[in-house]
Amino acid sequence: MNTSPVVPDAEHETVPIATNDDVVRARQLVRTLAQRCKLSLVDQTKLVTAASELARNTLVYGGGGVMRAGLVRRDGRAGVTAVFEDSGPGIPDVEQALTDGWTSGGGLGLGLSGARRLVDDFVLDTEPGSGTQVAVTKWAR
Amino acid sequence: MAYAASDRSQGPEAEGANPVTKQDISARLAELLAEQQESLGGAWVEAVARTLRGRISLAELDRELRELYAALIQGLRGDGLDWQGDAYAELRALLAELSRARARQGFTPTETATSVLAAKDVLAPADDTPAEDIRSYLQLSKLIDALGLFTLEVYAKTREEVISAQAEQLMELSTPVVKLWEGVVAVPLVGTLDSARTQVVMEKLLQALVDTGSDQAIIDITGVPAVDTEVAQHLLKTVVAARLMGADCIISGIRPQIAQTIVALGIQFGDIVTKSSLADALKHALRQNGADITRSGGTA
Amino acid sequence: MSERVPVLKIGDVLLVSIQVELEDQVVLELQDDLASRIVESGATGVIIDITAVEIVDSFVGRMLATTASISRLLDAQTVVVGMRPAVAITLVELGLSLGGVRTALTLEKGLEILARRGNAGPAGR
Repeated sequence: MNTSPVVPDAEHETVPIATNDDVVRARQLVRTLAQRCKLSLVDQTKLVTAASELARNTLVYGGGGVMRAGLVRRDGRAGVTAVFEDSGPGIPDVEQALTDGWTSGGGLGLGLSGARRLVDDFVLDTEPGSGTQVAVTKWAR
Repeated sequence: MAYAASDRSQGPEAEGANPVTKQDISARLAELLAEQQESLGGAWVEAVARTLRGRISLAELDRELRELYAALIQGLRGDGLDWQGDAYAELRALLAELSRARARQGFTPTETATSVLAAKDVLAPADDTPAEDIRSYLQLSKLIDALGLFTLEVYAKTREEVISAQAEQLMELSTPVVKLWEGVVAVPLVGTLDSARTQVVMEKLLQALVDTGSDQAIIDITGVPAVDTEVAQHLLKTVVAARLMGADCIISGIRPQIAQTIVALGIQFGDIVTKSSLADALKHALRQNGADITRSGGTA
Repeated sequence: MSERVPVLKIGDVLLVSIQVELEDQVVLELQDDLASRIVESGATGVIIDITAVEIVDSFVGRMLATTASISRLLDAQTVVVGMRPAVAITLVELGLSLGGVRTALTLEKGLEILARRGNAGPAGR
């Protein structure tokens, strides 16, 4: 798995994720960016839903953290990147965590694996004991 | 003064005994061009008109080229030989406009570039041209070459845009969502389905359900020669998504080969309603709607 | 800071129209509210209108499925109406098929489903 961190360009914004309200705020920021990037309505919905899943993961499993999000560009294509970071317990078994239906927190177990299916790029960087970073990107079609 | 800018394009031929600067050359060129604006402009129009063989009106061509001509003089005066300078902005804009128009009207790249490059012949020095002016002409010739290339680049870009717009239109045309009956929409698919097209179909069909208030959808794949796993998955997802919205989706026209593929690939169509023909599918859909109205006992 | 989603009663039907950005706490409160209102009111049907909802993630999806199950136990049927195409596509991609949740395109069609069920009388489930 590719573990190189994805960093948004200069205009990135940071949202703390410490409460349920923050999850909503993270979602709203990603939606604004997706609209600015002119993603299709379906792609906007997919990205915002993925962001919602990941922000909740950051809050519930990571014990809170931050989301950095911004517009990015690659090979002339525009996209939106969101990076979720926490310094929680990390994920001991990444393969397992990315399996549908596996959960450590009483959810449906669709958060990580579902979010991965909703975006174009998905980079998971985690170490037990030192936190988790998930970077997702959706490119304009 | 754009001294630095014109300095950059200093060519070897300017290093002769005669210390003529780029500044002088462009000023001289501007002067010469302005002096003979009427006659040279006319000759240019004539030269280009010959290559375009009447496919563009003379009046229009005359207007286009004379505007270019004037903008060229303006550029030479402001920014010397640096065609990327600010003073050339208008010339570049005019060239881009001309190039785009030619690309859309179906002129060839040669015909388009010739509109610009013909200026070289028109402006070519005569036998009695003084040596200094010949030197200036060489610089001008280089400048016109650069402008010709710029024109071609815009031309190529426009053609690309035209092609991708056409591809998009084709995709739209090849996936018509039609209302078959009150409460029944259908999308007859023809031709090879790839993942991107199937996705477009899916979105259009689901939107049509909302727009027409239909709760029966039919995907007819009679005209589809083959499906692969990915396309079959997209079809399945469409059916599930339609259900989530509260509509039923029927797949009709599955050809024997496709049925074999689906079984061989191990794709589960589960409880999805499939019908052999669009007619059967419509009958089923109508029965669903009709039964909904007349049935006295619910089974929910 | 979070406001509760209002639950309206029309005849035998409880109607919830979600018009706000759903925060997790609000979702949980709605689930609780619905359960107690069904018992209180003896409603036989619940309609959750999500026409205005721009995203349904697994948390909201789970609430919808759970509410449907709870109401079934309390002898009421839940119909989710007005799901947007983009939301439906996303849910499918997410892997959430909301099994056991009745859906309808519009509020009107949702009410029809409940009315049919009502006509079935005590024999209908």
